[in-house]
Amino acid sequence: MANMSLQKNPMPSQDPNVRNKNFQEVALGYTEEQALDEAQRCLNCKNKPCMQGCPVMVHIPEFIAKVAAGEFEEAYQIISHTSALPAVCGRVCPQESQCEKYCVRGKKGDPVGIGRLERFVADWHNAHCAGAPEKPASNGHRVAVVGSGPAGLTCAGDLARKGYEVTVFEALHLAGGVLVYGIPEFRLPKAIVQKEVDGLKAMGVTIATDTVVGRTISIDELMEEQGFEAVFIGSGAGLPMFMNIPGVNYRGVYSANEFLTRINLMKAYLPDSDTPIQHPKTVAVVGGGNVAMDAARCAKRLGAEVYIVYRRGMEELPARKEEVEHAEEEGVIFKTLCNPVEIFADEKDDVNKIRCIEMELGEPDASGRRRPIEKPGSEFDIDVDCVIMALGTSPNPLIKSTTKGLEINKKGGIVVNEEGLTSREKVYAGGDAVTGAATVILAMGAGKTAAKAIDEALSK
Amino acid sequence: MYKIVRKEALRPTVTLYEIEAPLIAKKAQPGQFIILRVDEKGERIPITINAYDPEKGTVTIIVQTVGATTEKLSHLNEGDCLQDFVGPLGKATETEGKKKVCVVGGGVGCAIAYPVLKKFHDDGAEVHAVVGFRTEDLVILEDEFKKASDKLIVCTDDGSYGRKGLVTDALKELIDAGNQYDEVFAIGPMIMMKFVSKTTEPYGIPTTVSMSPIMIDGTGMCGGCRLSVGGEMKFACVDGPDFDGHKVDWDLAVKRNQMYMEFEKHKHEETCNLFKKEAE
Ligand SMILES: Cc1cc2nc3c(=O)[nH]c(=O)nc-3n(C[C@H](O)[C@H](O)[C@H](O)COP(=O)(O)OP(=O)(O)OC[C@H]3O[C@@H](n4cnc5c(N)ncnc54)[C@H](O)[C@@H]3O)c2cc1C
Ligand SMILES: Cc1cc2nc3c(=O)[nH]c(=O)nc-3n(C[C@H](O)[C@H](O)[C@H](O)COP(=O)(O)OP(=O)(O)OC[C@H]3O[C@@H](n4cnc5c(N)ncnc54)[C@H](O)[C@@H]3O)c2cc1C
Ligand code: SF4
Ligand code: SF4
Ligand code: FES
Repeated sequence: MANMSLQKNPMPSQDPNVRNKNFQEVALGYTEEQALDEAQRCLNCKNKPCMQGCPVMVHIPEFIAKVAAGEFEEAYQIISHTSALPAVCGRVCPQESQCEKYCVRGKKGDPVGIGRLERFVADWHNAHCAGAPEKPASNGHRVAVVGSGPAGLTCAGDLARKGYEVTVFEALHLAGGVLVYGIPEFRLPKAIVQKEVDGLKAMGVTIATDTVVGRTISIDELMEEQGFEAVFIGSGAGLPMFMNIPGVNYRGVYSANEFLTRINLMKAYLPDSDTPIQHPKTVAVVGGGNVAMDAARCAKRLGAEVYIVYRRGMEELPARKEEVEHAEEEGVIFKTLCNPVEIFADEKDDVNKIRCIEMELGEPDASGRRRPIEKPGSEFDIDVDCVIMALGTSPNPLIKSTTKGLEINKKGGIVVNEEGLTSREKVYAGGDAVTGAATVILAMGAGKTAAKAIDEALSK
Repeated sequence: MYKIVRKEALRPTVTLYEIEAPLIAKKAQPGQFIILRVDEKGERIPITINAYDPEKGTVTIIVQTVGATTEKLSHLNEGDCLQDFVGPLGKATETEGKKKVCVVGGGVGCAIAYPVLKKFHDDGAEVHAVVGFRTEDLVILEDEFKKASDKLIVCTDDGSYGRKGLVTDALKELIDAGNQYDEVFAIGPMIMMKFVSKTTEPYGIPTTVSMSPIMIDGTGMCGGCRLSVGGEMKFACVDGPDFDGHKVDWDLAVKRNQMYMEFEKHKHEETCNLFKKEAE
């Protein structure tokens, strides 16, 4: 008999007033009892509406049925047919606009906690079954992957499983892309990412860190001199954008990427890290996406009072719902419907104030969202010693400018067909490098698509 | 891991390291830099490539000990390894088509200026060099500079070696003496580059500077290295490090560079104390 409770099993979490001072994981994960109970809320719908919401079509009712039967490893096997990073996606997918959005239980009450169950299953697998994967026999073909974010790691993993000899080239000193330098420890423990990377290594994938493709070695050289038969580009979203307002270059104005990189990649919050970070008193984070929430919650953990400044309303915040709720619980203050117009600084150029203007929502724009319009004369100031811009990114031109004949669209993204093939023969691309800043699951899906196409092309 | 195959103290606080990095050695060009990390907990710091040997597969850097990381580095020896060494980053300096240039180097900036100077020289330009140091103890690469330039003026702030005074005075004299430079190339402390740019501006001599803002990734991901050049935002690690000295917003650049001064000072003192303790 299905569990007809209208509410999802709540996620056990660290107390907000404790966790906003540490970097340990916020959400602790379901216990077996909670997972069983939640799994019983699933009606095992014939037409599987939830699956349409998942970009990689995880077989949701099937895996949940296995959870309900207490067969957790079987559940894991079902998920891993279509998803390479369930421990990651269970944590960071915007479920409320994907799988859970279409769940019939959501029509009245909460949808089934699909993401939470996915995370439970992946964590259970990692705790109980995860011996290192075996190294498959080589098929003699060599493939290069540029970038070690979710797109690159997934493509590498799928190919390695088929016997390809894969080398992943990563510009930074650590593999994982945004999963290690962007998304903070308290949302996605780095040990999980490391485990994925170690798994790839066990399968024979070489991870070449400290290698900037386009500088250290070019794609043409990889193919012509190094003997790689195909290349997958998963180089991510690129350069951070700043607002074009007076004062953006004062000291204490950061891109979210810089602030988060110092904290996550360089571990600047730990006393034994050599990398410095400002410990601000009051911070304004400009933007409303996941990146803004992560920056705000990191700043909070460094001891600051934190404002989110966002030009639309609470309803329009593009961040995952859970992140907004967590940020609010942790004491982040939301200043929605307002936008910065100028940043001020003292005589040393250290930021001391941000001037904002109130906004109201007008007619819907091309994206269908109501366009924010300034309310004249409504300016107000907030005293801050730090401003973090989380406004998105524009593509890094490095690979384009060093790869002959690689077609780029108007926005600077790499042009690909439905198989992930670029305008260059045997060169594929996917993830944020193609779409602009998007999601982990889409990047992962693109890596899978390209791996399949590469396998078809090379095994001809 | 990247092995130190040669370490040579040029001066008490200026050290040359030759590092095994075959891919970088093959690709490097004058004006480009690398980013290194000494160990697992280390900071990423940018250092200009001083020389490179594609055959041997090595890259030479010259580093001045100024803070915690450069201090840590100075305690490594031949045979030891660096945790990370990535590059070559940034755009190469444009040296082609110049008939007569003046290269102005300040302090350890001379290490950076040297490969550029040599490239100008090898490309057939007439090269004048003006190099400045605080004091005699800090003078580096004098022989190398002499070999690769048609005229060399060494200045020290305190007059302990060469001529006493600032590089800008020497540069001005050269210009006033009728030397017509196609380009002046300045590398050194921000303040020095600023004043070199101010010196050449009235004469309308194109002036290139090699900017050294604070960097983290060096790949164009973080935006920390941004500068205002001609009113536009530029990222030094991908758009530079060379920029038109007459267009750089110097006051901003100088202040941004000092952002972590307090923090770093504290760190440096801690490291020094650590080493002191070890020595005891
Ligand atoms: C702070 C933050 C929070 C986010 N939160 C979420 C979330 O909650 N949920 C969600 O679904 N999505 C989230 N996203 C978005 C998601 O992380 C990205 O869409 C996803 O990581 C894109 O994957 P990717 O593999 O395309 O690129 P990336 O993860 O960006 O990885 C690209 C990798 O390529 C490397 N690289 C770049 N250029 C080169 C080169 N020339 N040579 C070698 N290597 C190179 C980079 O160093 C990087 O490691 C977030 C993003 C950020 C920044
Ligand atoms: C493109 C570029 C090329 C450079 N080339 C050389 C070189 O050839 N030889 C050399 O000795 N030095 C060079 N530098 C400067 C060198 O990076 C700094 O001296 C070094 O980072 C100091 O680190 P530290 O921890 O020892 O000192 P710290 O105590 O951390 O800092 C001392 C000062 O160094 C500067 N600095 C600190 N961290 C960074 C950083 N991450 N990026 C840039 N500057 C920083 C700041 O002005 C700071 O006040 C270069 C810098 C850049 C950006
Ligand atoms: S991968 Fe993401 S969208 Fe798909 S089922 Fe899992 S949580 Fe939902
Ligand atoms: S829509 Fe909801 S209830 Fe139906 S199968 Fe999917 S998860 Fe289960
Ligand atoms: S150092 Fe990060 S963008 Fe240049």
